[in-house]
Order: sequence, then C-alpha cells, then structure tokens
Amino acid sequence: MNHLSAIVGHIGGTLLLLVRTLKFIGTLPRQWARFIEQCYLIGYTSLPIVTILSFFIGSVLALQSGYSMENFGAKQFIGTLVGLTMARELGPVMVAILIAGRVGSAITAELASMKVYQEIDALTTMNIPPERMLVLPRLAAITVMMPVLAIIANLCGWYGGALVCEYTHTISVDSEAYFTALKEYMKPHDVTDGLIKAEVFGFVIVLVCCYIGLNTRGGPREIGASVTKAVVSSLILILVLDYFVTKALLMS
Amino acid sequence: MSTSPAFTASPFVGKTFGITVAKLTKKFGRTTVLRDIDLEVKPGEIFCIMGPSGSGKTVLLKHIAGLETATSGEVRIGEYDAADPETRNKVHLALVFQAGALFNSLSVYDNLALYPREHRECNEAGIRERVMHALSILSLEKAANKFPSDLSGGMKKRVAIARALVMEPQLLLYDEPTSELDPVMSATLTEIIATLREQTAVTSVVVTHDRDLAFAIADRMAFVMDGRILGVGRPADFKNPTDPVIANFLNPVIDLKNPRFKQLENSHE
Repeated sequence: MNHLSAIVGHIGGTLLLLVRTLKFIGTLPRQWARFIEQCYLIGYTSLPIVTILSFFIGSVLALQSGYSMENFGAKQFIGTLVGLTMARELGPVMVAILIAGRVGSAITAELASMKVYQEIDALTTMNIPPERMLVLPRLAAITVMMPVLAIIANLCGWYGGALVCEYTHTISVDSEAYFTALKEYMKPHDVTDGLIKAEVFGFVIVLVCCYIGLNTRGGPREIGASVTKAVVSSLILILVLDYFVTKALLMS
Repeated sequence: MSTSPAFTASPFVGKTFGITVAKLTKKFGRTTVLRDIDLEVKPGEIFCIMGPSGSGKTVLLKHIAGLETATSGEVRIGEYDAADPETRNKVHLALVFQAGALFNSLSVYDNLALYPREHRECNEAGIRERVMHALSILSLEKAANKFPSDLSGGMKKRVAIARALVMEPQLLLYDEPTSELDPVMSATLTEIIATLREQTAVTSVVVTHDRDLAFAIADRMAFVMDGRILGVGRPADFKNPTDPVIANFLNPVIDLKNPRFKQLENSHE
C-alpha cells in the first residue's frame, strides 16, 4: 500500500513539474542559448551511437529474417519487414532506450548534484525557478531532437539491412529489390507513427529524469541512487508506454 | 569603499524589512527540529543566531529564506509570508550558503551575472558594472574568469557574498559565514558583513557558532539549543550569562584531566 501511494505521489509530482514548466514556455525565445546547448548535448552527441546501433539492428534484422523467410520463399519481402519494424518499433524504442541510458542518466546526475550541493536552493532564493532554467530547455530540446534521431535511426537501420541483403550469399536480395519492397508496402503513417512514439518516449524520459534529479535528498550517495532510479523508471516507462501508444495509434 | 551608483539604481535599495517569527515549529518525520520559536528582527539590524551544531539554526534560517515550510506557526518578512513564493517578487532576499552553493558549471563572473540576466534588470554593460563592483568590494576581480572548482574555501565564501550583493538585497542571510576559514579570513569576512550593513542598511541575519563574529557585529543575538530559543538580547547581555548551557557554550573550559568525552562515555555506561 505504501509503495502504491508512493507511485501515485511520484506521478502527481511529475505532472506538477510539467505544469509548472509549461507555465514558463513564453520564456523559451530568450533561453535560446540554453536550448541550443541542450540540443547539442541531447541530439548531436548521441548521433554516433544512434547511427552505429541502428545500423547493426537493421543488419541483424535482415540477417535473421533472411534466414527464416527463405523457408517460405518470401525473401523479396525482407525490405518490407526491416522497413516496417525499424520505423514502427525498433527505431523509436532503441533510440529511447539509448537516450534513457545516455542523456537521462546525465540529466538526473546533474540536477541531483545541484540539489545535493544546494545550487537548486540558491536558484530558489534568487527567484529563478529551476523549472524555467533547467527543465524547460531540456524538454524543448528533446521534443525537437527525438524525431530527428528516430529518422536517422530508421535510415541507418534500412541501409544496414540493405547491405546485409546485398552481400550475404544466403540472402542475395539486391538493394533495388529491397528498397522496392520497402517502399511498396510502407505507408507514410508507418513512419509518422514511429516518430510520434519516439516523441512521447523522449518527452517522458526527460521529464521523469528531471523530476527524480530535482527531488534527490541526502548526500552524494543519493546522486547515484537517483541515477539508477531514473534509468530503471525510464526503461519501464518506455516499454509500458510502447504498448499503449502503439495500441492507440493502431486504433486511430 | 564607497557605494557605487550601480547599487543605488535599484528601487529596492533603501527599503529594508524586519522579520517576525511566530510560534514556529518544524518536524521532520518524528523528529522535532524547531519548537515554538518566537523571534523578531528589526529592519536594518544585524541579528546573530548562535547555538551548537544540530540545534536547528540552519533550519530556522531556511524558514526565513522560504526554503522550508513550517509544520505550524509562521515567518513574516515585513508584512509578507516568507513561505509564499510570491514574497520573492516583493523582497530582495539573498542567502549566503555555508558551502557557497556556487554554480559549478559557471565562471565566477557568470555566477554573479546570473541574477540580473535572468531578471533582465539591465543591459550587459550594466550587468558588467554591477558584477565588477561586487567583485571589487570583495577583492575578487582577478577571480572573475575562474570556475568555483579552482577556488579555495575562503574565496568561495567571498564569491557567494559577492553574488548576494549583486542581487541588491534588502534582507541578507548568512549561514555559518566563517566556518572552515582561518582566523584572518574569518576576521575579514566579519568586517565585510559589518561594512555591508553600514553601506546599504541591509537587514542581516547571521547563523553562526563563532562567538567572536557574533560579539563583533551583532546588534542583537539569540541563542538556540535543541530547537528552542534560550535567550535573546544584546551582545553585552551574553558577556556574563547566567544560563549554564549558554555559559558553557560561550566559555568552554578545556580540562585535560577530566575531558568532556570521558564524561560523556561515563554517562552512557
């Protein structure tokens, strides 16, 4: 019962943080420098790992599906399978997991350390709301960068799959046939659904990580505990939300 | 040291506030940290809150700064409720934290410039003038481009005071300003606190267990023990205290033949 009330309390606290942050949305134009800095930290610095990871996810997907689809004589549909899986599921989910581990943990560590060493209290006494200065630029940056990262992940995954199909003897589907199949059975909303999912995941990860960081109490040891809590909560939320958002998108 | 026009430009300067603490009680879980505190700080005075470690001084200061919410009772700054976030729009309040609480990712200059930039009080030239003036008062001009991690403990405290000055405060709160400092730096900070009050007539509340600091600068002082006020008065009233707890705190006798920690051990047996 105590756990349940704690979870309800955290959900309420996170929503309250969102409301307080959105109150300052009008200040975003004059926080341009902070927004660009966060775009760089969240987006640009995540780019190499997103590229590598999604390229190999697409490659493995093509390899595995080539192996199994050969039995059905359906190798010509590998492009469709890789394309749809990357765009609708693996692209947004893998990017979100990566962002939770790489960016979410960094956000929580920074804010928790600011809280423990009283920098957040200093901001409060200076009448500078932490929601305005610390949370808003990060939320705005993830909102802009997450679809960009998801598109790049999709492209890398598709090309990874194409390369594997072309150069693996057991599959031997050339790039032209692969991309023809990919285009033929994919609709624009398959891509946009994936981008919507990526957007939701990214926004929730950053919000939750900010909330946990700003609510850290105690000493340096609690900074580590908060980071663990933030990453674990984000991963759980990504997978739970994945089901519900997917269902909502399929129904719409 | 002279008062620069940069500090007199603010509409807040010249208006000072008193503080009224009424029946303030604070509990953290089952632990009561403050019990029925009643206190009054007059506008423009230096008020020292003394007491041993863990007596509740800092928690009391955090209530005045609006960083803690009272379990019961209230704190008022002038006519405003200290716990109401709106009060910060009406009163310029600055708190000098015990460890400085400087922003580690910002240079000393940017630490000081943050407040006027965020509140858009003046253009970058005006901000520069205010920041450099505050740094010059604390003899910190050469540290402007350094980062907090490059500074000694004493310099961090001076930067924290300079950051408070840039806010042109009407109420200046200090949490243990001389802790962890050598005697010369302690004396320097003591002089700085007194001089600032002389120049700006700012109401100052100083939480400390440094009796030299308190006796040197306080107009009035209070002694806190176990979350209760044991006495309030002028420094002269505490020169020869009748209360044995206050007397023991202010004039501890070092007895090597019968040390205190041995007495404590015996009392636990």
